[in-house]
Amino acid sequence: MRRILMGLFIAGVVAGCASTPTEQEGAKVEDRIPSATVPEQPAIKPAAPSATAKPLVPGKVGADPLKDPGNILSKRSIYFDYDSNAIKEEYKPIVAAHAKYLSQHRSARMRVEGNADERGSREYNIALGQRRADAVREMMQLLGASASQIETVSFGEEKPKCTGHEESCWWQNRRGDIRYDSE
Amino acid sequence: MRPIKLLIASLWLALLLAPAGLRAALTIEIIGAGANQIPIAIVPFRAEDGLAQKLTPVVVADLTRSGLFKMIDPGGITPVPHELQEIDYAQWRARGAEAVVIGTVSPLAGARYDIQFRLLDVVKQTQLAGFAYNISAAQLRLTAHKIADVIYEKLTGDVGVFATRITYVVKRGSRYELQVADADGYNPQTVLASNEPIISPAWSPDGTRLAYVSFERKKPVVYVQSLTTGGRQAVANFRGSNSAPAWSPDGRRLAVVLSKDGASQIYLINADGSGTPARLTQSTAIDTEPNFSSDGQLLLFTSDRGGSPQIYGMSVSGGEPRRLTFEGSYNVSPRFSPDGKSFTFIQRNGNRFNVAVQDLTTRQVQVLTDGSVDESPSFAPNGRMILYASEVGGRGILAAVSSDGRVKQRLTETAGDVREPAWGPLVK
Repeated sequence: MRRILMGLFIAGVVAGCASTPTEQEGAKVEDRIPSATVPEQPAIKPAAPSATAKPLVPGKVGADPLKDPGNILSKRSIYFDYDSNAIKEEYKPIVAAHAKYLSQHRSARMRVEGNADERGSREYNIALGQRRADAVREMMQLLGASASQIETVSFGEEKPKCTGHEESCWWQNRRGDIRYDSE
Repeated sequence: MRPIKLLIASLWLALLLAPAGLRAALTIEIIGAGANQIPIAIVPFRAEDGLAQKLTPVVVADLTRSGLFKMIDPGGITPVPHELQEIDYAQWRARGAEAVVIGTVSPLAGARYDIQFRLLDVVKQTQLAGFAYNISAAQLRLTAHKIADVIYEKLTGDVGVFATRITYVVKRGSRYELQVADADGYNPQTVLASNEPIISPAWSPDGTRLAYVSFERKKPVVYVQSLTTGGRQAVANFRGSNSAPAWSPDGRRLAVVLSKDGASQIYLINADGSGTPARLTQSTAIDTEPNFSSDGQLLLFTSDRGGSPQIYGMSVSGGEPRRLTFEGSYNVSPRFSPDGKSFTFIQRNGNRFNVAVQDLTTRQVQVLTDGSVDESPSFAPNGRMILYASEVGGRGILAAVSSDGRVKQRLTETAGDVREPAWGPLVK
């Protein structure tokens, strides 16, 4: 460091000698970019606020199996083990029921939203959540749903159901959520 | 260590005295220092007391933050030198200063100022640098950062990065704000506010645009936003997830991660969203977090094709990716150093996630931080510091560490959770 510093000092002196002094007294104030070395910083303009409010659509009342709390179709979350996208036995009936619904309602469309717990990189967790959502879609396709009915997306670790920092919370955040477009 | 502590005290005082409008939302705490600190005295400039923003406290704070300077108290020397002929080198030498900075402020017509400063070598008794600036009042802080950049460059040989900017995301309750601030945390400006998450902001190479991922359409979509007009555009909004934008060095293209064809894979798109994405990786695994080398030839990325997430490198023009990390079972978030000789990344050690640097030639790894959850590292444009996200008491904060691990800074936000930082480029 010291040696580099001295080298710089010398370089500075040499550079100083090379320039022609124009000021009357003392060493001149070198003016590499004459009279305007600080550009006027353009003001940063924020984006116009995006409207996120949506009008409320009145929900259908009556015999919608997707909304009936007694119907398995009202169950929408599939939970996963750490670093796994395998659908556990206990959740297979839920996936199968939605696959059957899709195969019987060809105009129905859904999104499967994959999620991850908070550990690790946000972007890698987007990819892990995506893989979980894809695992749900693949099982539904095997059971008769068509690929065009299901879009899989990922929220990564961004939308935790539980915000604590231990496994009692994390397991709830490693999940896939099913949302029908009609909802 | 002692002078540093004193200096921090004066730094706090300076922050307290700053006008409310200019006060930093992020305050900086310095931990540790460089091995060799250059002793330097910064003499308050003549007539700077009358300014809305004094210059020398900003210069002092910048240089101190780098950890490479030891501030010598300029108090008590009479007359206080502002011009070259007023310097008595013997006095400064007696105080142990190797360099002295003096300067003057002269008001000009039209609410402008003439700022002149000189950096003097006490040992050689000569001028190392001197500049005159004709500026408006709004440019006072930026001018102070530019002066600090000149001093830093002359005395360390590296480019100064005090006049650069950073971006990060603040979460307040359920609200997310994408902010841009000066590198010292001052002048924070919200460029996008949303009720849905915002992640992965990335600076365009010229510093005029940000690419980022927003969930406002209930899924991850990549946007590019102009900082000068505020105009924004979805540039990757394909079926599935769209994320992890990385700029090509020419600013014309973005590497992004799309799931439109199945697994999360890396594609190249035009930065204006035109055309068809060109697929760069071909695996059935996760390929994500792309990052370009500064010559635009190479890509680093994270992949779990080998069973665990590791860093890989590949040529942008194609060819088989090469695995680069072998220590540990979780290595993610790679970013090239500006000189392309190393890369920073996050390595998991037990339950901790820390910032590490790996030399591309020797493969030697150095872990630089010891937090429990360190994330999202990015190099300063001179390669000397790495900005990253950390956590203290369950709250997200920003921190920075020198690339040799010696100097550490913590930037805390008064309210809210801060994450996803990215250090902006040098701007002319």
